[in-house]
Amino acid sequence: MQRKFVVSDFEKCTGCQICEYVCSAVKEGGFNPLLSRIRTVRIEPAFNISMACRLCEDPICVKSCPRKALSKDEKTDTIIVDQEKCNGCAWCIEACEFGAIALHPVKKTIVLCDICDGDPKCVPYCPTEALSLKTPEEISQKSRKKAIITLVSRISE
Amino acid sequence: MYGYSGRMLIVDLTSKKTKIEAIPETFCRKFIGGNGFSISFLYEHQTPGIDPLSPDNVLVFAVGPFCGTVIPTNAKYVVQAKSPLTGFQGKSIGSSFWSQAFRRAGYDALLIKGRAEKPTYLFIDDDIIEFRDAKELWGTNCWETDRIIKDTIGDDNVRLAAIGPAGENLVRFASIISDHYHEDDGRTGMGAVMGSKQLKAVAVRGSKTVEVAKLDELLDLCKEYNRKVIKGLTSTIMKDLGTIGTGMEYLSNGATPIRNFQSTDAFKEPITISEDIRKISTEWMREQYVHKSIACAGCPIGCSHIDFIKAGPYKGVAYNMEYQGMYALGTNCGIWYLPAIVKAGQLCDTLGMDVISTGVVIAWAMECFEKGILTSKDTEGVDLSFGNHEALMEIIPKIANRDGLGNILAEGVKRASEKIGKGSEKFAMHSKGLEFPGFDVRWLKATALSFAVSTRGADHISASIFGPEIRGRINRFRFEKGEGEFVAEKENNLILYDLFMICRFSGDLWMNVYSDLAHLYALVTGIPLTTEELRTTGERVWNMEKAYNIREGWTRKDDSLPSRVFNDPIPDGPAKGSVLSKEEFDFMLDDYYAARGWTRDGMPTKKKLIELGLNDVAKEVGV
Repeated sequence: MQRKFVVSDFEKCTGCQICEYVCSAVKEGGFNPLLSRIRTVRIEPAFNISMACRLCEDPICVKSCPRKALSKDEKTDTIIVDQEKCNGCAWCIEACEFGAIALHPVKKTIVLCDICDGDPKCVPYCPTEALSLKTPEEISQKSRKKAIITLVSRISE
Repeated sequence: MYGYSGRMLIVDLTSKKTKIEAIPETFCRKFIGGNGFSISFLYEHQTPGIDPLSPDNVLVFAVGPFCGTVIPTNAKYVVQAKSPLTGFQGKSIGSSFWSQAFRRAGYDALLIKGRAEKPTYLFIDDDIIEFRDAKELWGTNCWETDRIIKDTIGDDNVRLAAIGPAGENLVRFASIISDHYHEDDGRTGMGAVMGSKQLKAVAVRGSKTVEVAKLDELLDLCKEYNRKVIKGLTSTIMKDLGTIGTGMEYLSNGATPIRNFQSTDAFKEPITISEDIRKISTEWMREQYVHKSIACAGCPIGCSHIDFIKAGPYKGVAYNMEYQGMYALGTNCGIWYLPAIVKAGQLCDTLGMDVISTGVVIAWAMECFEKGILTSKDTEGVDLSFGNHEALMEIIPKIANRDGLGNILAEGVKRASEKIGKGSEKFAMHSKGLEFPGFDVRWLKATALSFAVSTRGADHISASIFGPEIRGRINRFRFEKGEGEFVAEKENNLILYDLFMICRFSGDLWMNVYSDLAHLYALVTGIPLTTEELRTTGERVWNMEKAYNIREGWTRKDDSLPSRVFNDPIPDGPAKGSVLSKEEFDFMLDDYYAARGWTRDGMPTKKKLIELGLNDVAKEVGV
């Protein structure tokens, strides 16, 4: 079985940050984007997307951690953070190509998306249905379909 | 206290001193937040009779109790001060990411006094308040200011409310802009007040967590609300087209003013250009432009749409076009070419000016030009003919920089027409000095009343009665007894949105706005509110604003409408011949004041104010 992670469709995303509010509330008991494991990015004027951990096959964050605080869970594919070992050095934050890791402002250790045990709470709140939990295969299927639809519509013109 | 920070930040720019004042729970319950807070603080801290552009004016920013939670459309904030346009209460409601950052910094309100010695911007970094030098920023436009300050601090979590050159140059209808391409605080010249204080921007970074009383229940309810709101009728239109969606209804029904209220028939002349606003539909917009919906923080609707112009003289321009901009800078100036309106709107936003006021004052100048009251000599060669969109691009920066004729127009249409004279006062479209929004009130009679009695001048959102009127829910051609009460009730009801600081476009969510909001309030704050209490709250705040105006010298004659509304019947369109008579208007005012429980002169009685719990106000202004 392929791994699943939270993806965002930038054509649908409006940058409303609702996912961030829901995530921080579910994980930390209060509303604060700085505590969210998923983050929105807005590039002016109108590009919006949400980013969360992609649960990479061979995660660079795990490899980069000098204290071996990070590991990949064999069963769930998520990244496990050993709170005892992590000292908030942020080396993994720098290493991650997607900016999917954040430093918890109070605990001063790192946090990242754990897909809420396979049922990410942010997804059903997304008002434009831009968010979904998908496998790489599902993502590529969608891209293939979209490419064909565009092609067909161009030919029929 | 859940929901609230319970703190107001007071900043004195003259002495560079800051102070924190506690906001007690009893006060929160009585005024809810947002507009309720801002008018109370303004009333308390500002001395009556001051010059709005002097250091004595007090500028108040406030957010609501839902701010920073997951309740749909909670990102609104209000800015209030004495208006340099009207001399009465000035107020503008914006929506962005600023409000939530401010809330997370740990405040419900910000009160700014005095005047900085030199250009300054304020940086509120949670509990650290810095007065930073803005000398280098003076003269830069709003969007550049946003980028420069974010880059200087080096953090995109910093959010800004900034003014542009128009605010610096004290253009009386200058606005405050927060975040790129977003709804701004446009109306009543709050940007000029900021400029008069030499305050370029208020930058905020907030890292605190917003906690609520009943988190799980709130999360469940909001999941439902999110689903509901995206399926609602209003929000569907807003999602697809934004306010221009409903705007097409107004335009097609002869409610949208054309050429400074000289026509309402949008289809009298044939469509000859390819990018004409009369062609607007969702599909057409998607075909013609990159038409992308973007949302304010925490909003599931996303009514803002960025439209990129792909070709022609305005190629590359991107801007969020709204109905009021389409009217003011478009139809009212005789311009139907969409890319030009988008460009003009972008100019207003970057320079920091209200699009409605800008459009109305230019349309007035165009009519002066048409009638020979202003000549090419006065305009320094600019051909101010209706429909000339190139002139628009020339004159807008002149207003912002107070250059030539722009210096006169920057005073607003009331003062400009008094200065130019020659009968031009008769077609200066304003009430209390605030320029008219895009509705021809000669046939929308209840709307006419609401524009006249609004505490901030010609205001389309105080009662928002144009919708029911245009759709025929009430008689739009004749004012009937009892409509005064309808207007008053709408005002009391709608001002609640501005106390909780949620968006007017959230209307699809509420079965009963009073009980639904009371329920949400209890989940957020833990404070039980009754429906009855809320009904009184709206009325209380409305009376408070009225009391403020009375303290500034308001009398019945200030609730007025432009001469054109009384003397020039609508020449064409579905409401051809409609006009408002003075007798009818007096009857409307009587009906409205009576419904409000005020005297025939429009003065709140001591009894009424005490009934609303405004005992101190009753002593000062009650009759």
